[in-house]
Amino acid sequence: GSYSINAIRAALLIQRWYRQYVARLEIRRRCTWNIFQSIEYAGQQDQIKLYNFFGFLMDHFTPASSERNLISHIFRENEICRDAEWERYFCYKSIDVPDSYTGPHLTFPMTFCGVSKLVEAFKHKQQLHARYVLQILGETWRLLRILPNISHLSSCHTKEITICGDLHGQLEDLLLIFYKNGLPSPEKPYVFNGDFVDRGKNSLEILLILFGFLLLYPNDVHLNRGNHEDHIVNLRYGFTKEVLGKYRVHGKKILKLLQKIFSWLPLATVIDHKVLIVHGGISDTTDLNVIARVDRHKVRKTFHFQFIYVSALRPPKMTKLAVNGSNSQTMNSRNGDAGVPVDFRRRVRSLTHHSSTPSQGPPRRSLHNLHISHQQMNWSVDDELKKRRRLAGFDQSYGERKKPDSDSDPDSEGRLIPSVQMVDLLWSDPMPQNGCIPNEVRGGGCYWGPDVTEEVLGRHNLQLLIRSHECKQDGYEFCHNRRVLTIFSASNYYEVGSNRGAYIRMGADLVPHFVQYQASRTCRELTLRQSVGWTERSALQALRRQLFVHKSDLISAFREFDPNNTGIISPSHWASATESVLKLGLPWRVLRPQLVSSTKNGMVDYQEWIRELSITEPKLEISDTSLLETMYKNHSNLETIFRIIDTDHSGLISYEEFRQTWKLLSSHLKTEISDDVIANLAQSIDFNKDGSIDINEFMEAFRLVDLSAHS
Amino acid sequence: MAENSKSAEATVLNTKILKKLKGAFQAFDTKSDNTVDIKEIGTIFYSLGFFPTQADLQKFTSEVEDERSGYIHWDRFLPAMTKVLLEDKFPPIADELLLQAFEVLDIEKRGYLKPEELTNYMTKEGEPFTQEEMDEMLTAFTDEEKKHIYYKDVIPHLTLERKM
Repeated sequence: GSYSINAIRAALLIQRWYRQYVARLEIRRRCTWNIFQSIEYAGQQDQIKLYNFFGFLMDHFTPASSERNLISHIFRENEICRDAEWERYFCYKSIDVPDSYTGPHLTFPMTFCGVSKLVEAFKHKQQLHARYVLQILGETWRLLRILPNISHLSSCHTKEITICGDLHGQLEDLLLIFYKNGLPSPEKPYVFNGDFVDRGKNSLEILLILFGFLLLYPNDVHLNRGNHEDHIVNLRYGFTKEVLGKYRVHGKKILKLLQKIFSWLPLATVIDHKVLIVHGGISDTTDLNVIARVDRHKVRKTFHFQFIYVSALRPPKMTKLAVNGSNSQTMNSRNGDAGVPVDFRRRVRSLTHHSSTPSQGPPRRSLHNLHISHQQMNWSVDDELKKRRRLAGFDQSYGERKKPDSDSDPDSEGRLIPSVQMVDLLWSDPMPQNGCIPNEVRGGGCYWGPDVTEEVLGRHNLQLLIRSHECKQDGYEFCHNRRVLTIFSASNYYEVGSNRGAYIRMGADLVPHFVQYQASRTCRELTLRQSVGWTERSALQALRRQLFVHKSDLISAFREFDPNNTGIISPSHWASATESVLKLGLPWRVLRPQLVSSTKNGMVDYQEWIRELSITEPKLEISDTSLLETMYKNHSNLETIFRIIDTDHSGLISYEEFRQTWKLLSSHLKTEISDDVIANLAQSIDFNKDGSIDINEFMEAFRLVDLSAHS
Repeated sequence: MAENSKSAEATVLNTKILKKLKGAFQAFDTKSDNTVDIKEIGTIFYSLGFFPTQADLQKFTSEVEDERSGYIHWDRFLPAMTKVLLEDKFPPIADELLLQAFEVLDIEKRGYLKPEELTNYMTKEGEPFTQEEMDEMLTAFTDEEKKHIYYKDVIPHLTLERKM
């Protein structure tokens, strides 16, 4: 218009600079995203190793009597009582509500008033009394037992169905959905697609609200089970802790009842016989007729099944393993009876049948064989896992797509088993390439390709698969030629500003419409730069923690690039070494300026950097740094183990159990930890003089502090 | 002939730059099939330190897009980017010029711009911002108290990002 040529040129220049700045932020945001995802998945790998270890011990180990008690303690199958006895145990009637209680009072059968009272109360951060919690849960349990594995819904022209994905204890998101979309009702049916709990701090509140609506409108509210509706997963990811923290007296009972409820949650919802909704996904063997008939409540610990999965790989090596020690199995062919690998069947027997105990298990083995075969199995499992990971395209190297291994037949055989099919529904993820391979990153289910989608949907005459299970930046994402839709309803999942949540509205035309949102008032006010910064800072903090725990390995890797021992290496060597140790597939060169604070003449002083990386708080003085590193590296494993051992969920374990835990862990890690060190460690923690250790206090004692931040 | 010059260009490109291109491309290859959405090309260019105009981007995209699919494959991206690099088609702009640009717009030489003024320039001249871009820029750079854009304070952010 009326501006001079100079002004126009100036404006152009500023526009270009700004666009470039935004583009750089976008690249950083994507990097941050990748960091969170790789750390999340890497954490799940630990759990796999831990469970492999425990399962292996169960089957093969003939321990000294005290340790044997510990192991069976851990795996005690105590759900032998019949339902009637359980009803008595869970009875809420003996629990009195004191006059001092200011929370909501519920009456049954559930009314709309009752549920609204509940929602309001939770909005105002009140807590429901244990009596009412047990009452709601009891009613829910009774209802779920009569529901089928697959719910069938019909759409209709006058109302739309709302479909929500993972909520993960984030109550603000559920409240935001209700605010935007309205409460569930016969005019407003809802499907909630699993993962209601863990990670967020209001998992129980979410469950109580969802169960309340379920009881109120059983035909119009549908809950699908997610992989986090699982007692073992809850031990690690926070739900168990939440319940015990909120209900100190009745927490155990509540958890036990929830265990049963989770096992009775339906597995899938189908709309108009055309749209399938499951939490995880499918596999090449998914057959809804089989799923409809499975005894879903018997598969209580879905996470154990990954062990079956893993051992179904590489049958020849497994066979050799069994031959070494076994007296009673004949190993003429690769497979035993029924064309299924023998070791596979033996695993199935020991983990799923209630009557099994270690003493009825496989015959005794000599300690020597045990040692070798343990290593053999570890090697073959690790090797296979690495290979599968590459096949799934997690390798950053460029180039040709790799073809699936021709050895995948044993996997298909394994997946035909109904309970394994069920696990597939809850744990699988889609992948871009054709095929179907085990999902070793998650430890359960598989990765399935577009060809599998077409085949399975075609076979069942379906047109769309709606699933959740994976966080998406925009809250939803299509893949496989828009035949698979991921819906994720927990906004800001990794950190404030990391992603939006979304839900689906679907009418009779079965076309999904999306509503996106982002909870948290502060998030909306953040500028682009700030929100990237926040997310980035916590991603970097998480990454620094990972670097710390791999300190020793990192130094060895750096030394290989520094033959003259100068203590200095180039940035690109730093990047290669770090990737070779951490294997997170991250762009280390891009991240380096934020991870390495000082460089001398463009080179990295790695000794200095390692020293800077971390230190614990002064209150825990442990001189043995490698022990510290070991402990920190296994932080979440340790917590899981503690909680497993603490079977009465009291939050305290005895000194003796503490010592045995360490022994177990150290044999798992193949490191030596002497009794003296353990004793000193126990003493350095503030525990009750009666010889028991508070788990929470112990866990809190470990926090990462950046040395350079103090200078 | 065209073939020969292509391979010549490829060999001229040293591995360091190749890695950089690969990295930028891969960050947007969300389907892991060596393609990126054409809408991301601008972002990729900027992240590599180039300053194409919108017209430049359109031209580039039309030359490399896969039959109007909306995607660009690495195999076409690489030679085209190599050419850009070798011919230095979209050279970076010197930092000092940025300050001069702001000073040109600050007619009264107050040391700041008012949001309305900046909005006028950014959305009406040059290669106009979308409303979203404008809102974002204002939120990021407007001083909260005085409600002005003190461009001397803003410039270090715009240029600091680049030095990463």
